[in-house]
Amino acid sequence: MEKPLTALIQPDGIPLDLNGYEQAGGYQALRKALTMTPEAIIGEVSRSKLRGRGGGGFPTGRKWDAVPRGADTPRQRYLVVNADEMEPGSFKDRLLLEQTPHQMIESVIISAFAIQASIAYIFVRAEYVLAINRLTRAAAQAEANGYAGANILGSGFALAIHVHASGGRYICGESSALLTALEGRRPIPRARPPRSASNGLWGKPSVVNNVETLCNVPHIITHGADWFLSLSHSTDGGTKLYGMSGRVKRPGLWELPLGTPLNEIIEDHAGGMQEGYKCRAVLPGGASSAFIMAADFNVAMDFTSVPKVGSALGTGNILALDDRRCPVGMLRSLEHFFAQESCGWCTPCRDGLPWVERILTAIEAGEGRPEDLDTLARHTIFLGSDFTFCDLAPGAMQPLASGLKHFRAEFEQHINEKCCPWHDSAGGWA
Amino acid sequence: MSTAEQSSPDAPLAAALRQEIAEVAQHAEHKRAASTDALKLVQKRFGYISDNHLAEVAAILGMTPAELDAVATFYNLIFRRPVGRHVILLCDSVACWVMGEAAARAQLRDRLGIKPGETTADGRFTLLPIVCLGHCDHAPAMMVDEDQYGDLNAARLDEILERYK
Amino acid sequence: MTNFLVDGKPCSAKPDENLLQACLAAGLDLPYFCWHPSLGSVGACRQCAVKQYANEDDKTGHMVMACMTPVTEGARYALADPQAVEFRASVIEWLMINHPHDCPVCEEGGECHLQDMTMMTGHAYRIYRFTKRTHRNQNLGPFIKHEMNRCIACYRCTRFYRDYAGGRDLDVFAAHDHVYFGRHEDGTLENEFSGNLVEICPTGVFTDKTFSARYARKWDMRGAPSVCTGCGLGCNITVNERAGEVRRIVNRYNGSVNGYFLCDRGRFGYGFVNAPERIRTPLMRGTDGKQTAVSRGDAVAHFAALLSAGGRIIGIGSPRASLESNFALRTLVGAANFYPGFSTHEGRLLSLIADILSSGAVHVPSLRDVEQADTALVLGSDLPNAAPRAALALRQAVRGAALALAAKANIPHWQDGGVRTVAGEALSPLFVATPAATRLDDIAHTALRAAPADIARLGFAVAACIDSTAPEVAGLPADVAAQASMIADALLAAERPLIASGVEAGEESIIQAAANIAFALRARGKPVALMLNVPECNSLGLALMTNGQAAFPAALAEPASLVIVLENDLYRRADNTLLDAALAATHLVVLDHSESPTTRCAGLVLPAASFAETGGTLVSSEGRAQRFYQPIFTETDVSAAWRWLGAAGSTAGNHDCAGWATEDDIVAALAHALPRFSALPSAAPPENFRNAGCKISSEPHRFSGRTAMHADRNVREPKPPVSADSPFSTTMEGYYGKIPPALIPFFWAPGWNSVQSVNKFQSEIGGALEGGDPGVRLLETRTEAALPYYAAIPKAFASRHGIWQAVMLPRVFGDDEQSARAAPIRDRTAAPALALNAEDAALIGAAAGQWLACALDGETLRLALEIHPELPRGVAGLTGLAAKAFALPSWVRLTLAGPGAS
Ligand SMILES: Cc1cc2nc3c(=O)[nH]c(=O)nc-3n(C[C@H](O)[C@H](O)[C@H](O)COP(=O)(O)O)c2cc1C
Ligand code: SF4
Ligand code: FES
Repeated sequence: MEKPLTALIQPDGIPLDLNGYEQAGGYQALRKALTMTPEAIIGEVSRSKLRGRGGGGFPTGRKWDAVPRGADTPRQRYLVVNADEMEPGSFKDRLLLEQTPHQMIESVIISAFAIQASIAYIFVRAEYVLAINRLTRAAAQAEANGYAGANILGSGFALAIHVHASGGRYICGESSALLTALEGRRPIPRARPPRSASNGLWGKPSVVNNVETLCNVPHIITHGADWFLSLSHSTDGGTKLYGMSGRVKRPGLWELPLGTPLNEIIEDHAGGMQEGYKCRAVLPGGASSAFIMAADFNVAMDFTSVPKVGSALGTGNILALDDRRCPVGMLRSLEHFFAQESCGWCTPCRDGLPWVERILTAIEAGEGRPEDLDTLARHTIFLGSDFTFCDLAPGAMQPLASGLKHFRAEFEQHINEKCCPWHDSAGGWA
Repeated sequence: MSTAEQSSPDAPLAAALRQEIAEVAQHAEHKRAASTDALKLVQKRFGYISDNHLAEVAAILGMTPAELDAVATFYNLIFRRPVGRHVILLCDSVACWVMGEAAARAQLRDRLGIKPGETTADGRFTLLPIVCLGHCDHAPAMMVDEDQYGDLNAARLDEILERYK
Repeated sequence: MTNFLVDGKPCSAKPDENLLQACLAAGLDLPYFCWHPSLGSVGACRQCAVKQYANEDDKTGHMVMACMTPVTEGARYALADPQAVEFRASVIEWLMINHPHDCPVCEEGGECHLQDMTMMTGHAYRIYRFTKRTHRNQNLGPFIKHEMNRCIACYRCTRFYRDYAGGRDLDVFAAHDHVYFGRHEDGTLENEFSGNLVEICPTGVFTDKTFSARYARKWDMRGAPSVCTGCGLGCNITVNERAGEVRRIVNRYNGSVNGYFLCDRGRFGYGFVNAPERIRTPLMRGTDGKQTAVSRGDAVAHFAALLSAGGRIIGIGSPRASLESNFALRTLVGAANFYPGFSTHEGRLLSLIADILSSGAVHVPSLRDVEQADTALVLGSDLPNAAPRAALALRQAVRGAALALAAKANIPHWQDGGVRTVAGEALSPLFVATPAATRLDDIAHTALRAAPADIARLGFAVAACIDSTAPEVAGLPADVAAQASMIADALLAAERPLIASGVEAGEESIIQAAANIAFALRARGKPVALMLNVPECNSLGLALMTNGQAAFPAALAEPASLVIVLENDLYRRADNTLLDAALAATHLVVLDHSESPTTRCAGLVLPAASFAETGGTLVSSEGRAQRFYQPIFTETDVSAAWRWLGAAGSTAGNHDCAGWATEDDIVAALAHALPRFSALPSAAPPENFRNAGCKISSEPHRFSGRTAMHADRNVREPKPPVSADSPFSTTMEGYYGKIPPALIPFFWAPGWNSVQSVNKFQSEIGGALEGGDPGVRLLETRTEAALPYYAAIPKAFASRHGIWQAVMLPRVFGDDEQSARAAPIRDRTAAPALALNAEDAALIGAAAGQWLACALDGETLRLALEIHPELPRGVAGLTGLAAKAFALPSWVRLTLAGPGAS
């Protein structure tokens, strides 16, 4: 089984330096890409059916293709790597950033060439200190060796790469807010139109892609779209970094064919649940995805199959809800996150989420009222897409809406018995 | 200027630090874009951003204090109030919740006598909640200053605290 | 027009409108918060949600924010869709989660947009049961009170203050439901438009501190349409009165003039009306030399006797008095003996301005025109200080470039976020040339600093670059020539170029240069507008009335038997020693509303009405004659100056003064006597205007306590006063429906108790008032009219050894005589100061803050030194000395004044 994204990760956790990366075939894709036209690269990426790994699943080739080309378009364009990774339950990009920094840098250069960007930003969440240091060093090495900077490998193409450390806010991961953050302003999502492809950072054409998305690009260039499609078990191309956390025996991350069945990940890769725990449900792709119940664990983890069981692939990082933890408590924790991280711009999100959190807190504490469930249900609709300004609040409603459906009995039990049936909702040490 | 003065959040920023900030601003496409970087440079030195320093940085970046503070106060990791010598960021997001964040919090309260948002009387630690640290496969997780810790348990937590004096 | 369906009913809108605006224009009640016609849409509050359907077969539709939705031909929308209705109620419910519900003690209560919208959505029951978050409030200075707990986070305050008015000390802090709108620390809001926060905020976060001190509910105050007397721009205001006091001033929408916004001088400067130093009875100087109160009859008789005594009688008019009062004095003393109450210098400048503007050779822009300019040159004027509302209009003008870029990217002009994303900081060209820095420099393409003569030379050079027949400037340095040609090119490339200058430039040559540029552009076929700013609310009116007549100081040089001064403190306008001598040697009658050095010299002082105790007409710098109305009716001797003059005149047997019983009479006489003012009667409806046979009520229908209001003084209900001069009833009895725009006493509509109700009075949202914007323009361009180029080009400025050219640096707070008496304005007024550039300061060995002595008008002033690095060498800027402006510009000697003195 091929694992292009993680093949070069060293067992000791020390990433390959420039030499090592070159010896392992690094920067060959860049050399090849520079012999191609930007259109050819975009065409290859489109044919590879690479879809965004940041949670939205937008076809990468199509995103790149939307960047205006030609002589009468602005010369300044930007490629921005979204390495904000603050979605609770997600930890995949960190692996690539920390363990394969040169792969990231090479991906950035090729992708920037494809959209003819002359400046690239890697926007990393502040807590990823190691990643920031390693990326900064890798970028400097790349530049020192002619892979970045002016006239890259004599091609005439120039690219400046900046590693930017965030001040820390989940909303910065929303692509338009991320651009606003880079401009040094409060990172409030932007109204559309315009699209970032035409008017993004500083009003100039910009592409924002996820770390994992971009790291696939060199491999697509090297091996071609057909190879990339062949890696996948799904109609979309490539492998996927699946992760799992919660009370499983071996929490972790694995690069597997896109479309690997959920139960295979839980049982084979994560080793199944720890002794004495049963898995009731999972969030398949981070905090903004809906619960998948045990009955649906045979679902293939890809962009088209997961929606059929009412959820979304999201980041593909799975969190298990075991039978000894209270689903209401879990939702309270989730909604606490979203309420805290609302940017404060639009009313439903800013003021609705704290209300949701308080209701959940009350229910968990045995102070819930039957009508609270109606209020929660109303929020799951009115904090949905179209109703709010960006996708933060709609994401927050994914677990809640599915939780209200699947754990209705538990909600009612809390309210009727005026206490949490798990009693230990605080949770002890493992 | 004595060292004592230089490290006081009320004293003006040292020339070298001002220079460093000015350089970061120079590199940015617009000076304003350097605001988080500049604030972090100050924070690295003083632990937090005092009002005086905010005004100084704002002036270097061609912003008003209000404009810079509007950005500064938005972020979780830019501190506008004094913090202890070490900042514990304890993840309070969902994976850690599943894996026993509450126990870690309880133990920190027992050992240090502080709740999230508080600083120990001796100024050694400030405890802050933080959103998911991307360390979910090693939950519960936390950071102390720039160091990351996962798979917390009672013994390990005590051992970690010992490392920070 | 675009046709579309709302709830199945056909509607139409202008093609570039958004759905919210279109719904409001169609008279539909759709609630909103974050949108404002002047600020555009950002889609933050989510209050204006409606359903949009893809086509006839689409029965589910999807939710859109009306403010963010362009109306398209044939589109289908539903306001009444049950989900949309429920969602809008939920938005209010969320906004109310933390709202304190303190309406009974909230000053916004009764005129609160949040209250209105809450009623409109039908949200009535609170089910949220948890604790509210609370905030600490800030002290924001003498104008604005801050109560953050009422905030609903619509972001309108910061969008107005920062994006619209260019303020940089109010912002939004923190995130999620902790967002906080204020300053980064306690302190006075710096921007001179801060008062608009009171009206921009849809609830009671920012309220009027000056009003707070004498608070009444909106429905308990009389409203009078009025005109601001703070500067020459003629912004429309509503004066609110109760129990004989001005309680507050709010903006009165005029689509051509001030739109939605006033400056703080105009809004908060009314305190002089209520002040104790008001003159409320006639005062006569007795044999003991003291002024004592006398009866109205005695005063008139004494005045008439002085008039009948013969000899040389001169009248001195006033740029802050109405046309009517000035005309009355002119009639009383005869045109030849009527002198404008300008300083000599100002008189020359104003005559020049009157000549240029009344020639018909150039277009005189309204403030709306200024907003639409696509390239502007400000020559010599510090507009933010001298004519703040015009500076605000220029701030909007420079956004034209951004709007054009957005239009190219298919972003509608009202989609504010999109426009800012696409256009970034793109600005249309604005050039500013002044001696000192101005608060427009931040948006200027180029801000040039030069001495007045050099500013004029630059202006002449620009004109010569535009039209080769305009006089050339000899010996121009290469860099200035390059600047001139750059500015000329930009003006020529513009579609709607604007030139702005004014008296505060202090130099005739600057005004002439500005005119030359306008003439040159016109010669090149450009539709240029020339704005020439004048200092006071009726400066232009008086200048037009007395054009050609020398200013009063010349008249005082010869002995007179009687001098009559109308609403004017001559000591602010002429050499004080000369005045002392001249006034001591004559009988002096002064009509004014407040005590001043001039009234103190008078043998007879007559209590003239302020703008709040009478009606009248003022001519703004646009040449717009606008009527103001009387809000205060009290039983004192205070009355319009023209009434005093009429009474004395007719008693003395002057038949010309005999026929003025009402405002309409004197307006008719004026229009008849002076053809230039023939349009005056159409500035507003006549006294006998009636709607449905009724006068127009000036008090809201719910006005309470009228019969009890005076109960502490008199248990009888006084008979309501009668307004002989206007079509207003002074009570709540009367008509309140569709009212001619010049007569709207307050904006109020069913369901719309806040200022937002102005939507209901406009012919199109954000456009003209229905029935046309109030006022009549006296100055229109005539195709055949032309003036020759001015050719008196001054010599280049040369700094002189040991002396400095002192120029006046205007200041928004404190320069205007009337508003300067208001306590909150005094609070904002800094001490007078003298500014030099650093090298000049070093030359005399002075450091910032040090005291300097400077002789002016025979007096030695001690002034603290400020360093203004941008000031040209050889120029000294004086601030806070408006009362000495008559002596400037002049050459002064500066010396260090001894240490420690103050
Ligand atoms: C609230 C919010 C947070 C997000 N956070 C991230 C993030 O941390 N990393 C990321 O790659 N995408 C994040 N996204 C998705 C981005 O908006 C965007 O879709 C993505 O970066 C595009 O990259 P892709 O096409 O390569 O997936 C977030 C979206 C929302 C609404
Ligand atoms: S949904 Fe609204 S308040 Fe929430 S993060 Fe998005 S824009 Fe901000
Ligand atoms: S008015 Fe439309 S979202 Fe606020």
